[in-house]
Amino acid sequence: MSDPWYVLSGIAVSAAMTWALRAAPFAMLAPIRHSALMAHIGERMPVGMMVILAVYTLRDTDPVVAASAGPAVLALAITIGLHLWRGSMTLSIFAGTAAYVLVTSVIAA
Amino acid sequence: MQVMEMDTASDASTGVREEIAAGWRAVLPACVAVIPLGLALGVLVVHSGLAWWWAPVLGAIVFAGTMEFLLVGLLAAAAPLAQIAVSTLLVNFRHVFYAISFPLHRVHGAGWKAYSTFALTDEAYALTVKPESAEWSRARIVSIQAFFHLAWVVCVAVGAGVGSLIPPEVVGLEFAVTALFVVLGLEAYKVRRSLPIPALAVGCAILAALVSGENMLLIAMGMFAAALVGSYVFAAWRSRSV
Repeated sequence: MSDPWYVLSGIAVSAAMTWALRAAPFAMLAPIRHSALMAHIGERMPVGMMVILAVYTLRDTDPVVAASAGPAVLALAITIGLHLWRGSMTLSIFAGTAAYVLVTSVIAA
Repeated sequence: MQVMEMDTASDASTGVREEIAAGWRAVLPACVAVIPLGLALGVLVVHSGLAWWWAPVLGAIVFAGTMEFLLVGLLAAAAPLAQIAVSTLLVNFRHVFYAISFPLHRVHGAGWKAYSTFALTDEAYALTVKPESAEWSRARIVSIQAFFHLAWVVCVAVGAGVGSLIPPEVVGLEFAVTALFVVLGLEAYKVRRSLPIPALAVGCAILAALVSGENMLLIAMGMFAAALVGSYVFAAWRSRSV
């Protein structure tokens, strides 16, 4: 279906970038380790990236259509609530996804 | 003389075997924890319209869980390679900081160092962040990474096999990715417990979606990174002028 050369190039580009990010700091260790800017960004970046990614995955959800936004709001509440309560990644992801799949499958049927 | 040499050689190989066993014991909980994610990634690959065998290929070559979930969506949407490169740069930027504590100086040999940096995942970092790892052997460090790599590829492949058995009436499985990012976001939030940063990220994401749904990820991450650099410059300027 998809062009295999495109998929392979995409995987290769992503892998090369990931490797560069992991290996390069060892080569230019000293300046990065002690940079205050890097410490500032490094402490704040992960939470922001995850929030942006979460919103991105919901980009096809229409906030004013109940059948579209409703299951998402419910599943998000379950995921966040369970995670704050029990702190188990597997449980939070599984329960939130199960609720979303159940409600959207019933609506779609 | 010859007997003595053989003794040392067999001593060394038992030592290596013990170190590999120690690596296995250290990494086992992480391998178990990653099973549901690996299965979910495999299911997602099949449901995105890619052939099932792309799942283990992806898992083996990219070996960065969060990015792999995102990459499946980008590949399915035929995103430009430049967008894949920039998304990887921003999503995996955190790995730059793993060099601070990872005991790469214990991993001798260019080939081993190459693999060890390639497989420097969040989990590998988390398992070696303790101070005593500075004394660990190469066999232990590399076996932690290699066992985790193997477990990940197997889980992803099994997930892709299972994924093709799920009937088409079941929809909404892609929410697993949303839930993953939300949970990782909550974990990252615990580091600082400050609300303005995630609020800023939500603002960037919504603004970017309004500007261009297609390039949303790039615009949002770019704005957010620029805002972080800006806030650093501003804080530095203010502390100097006080």
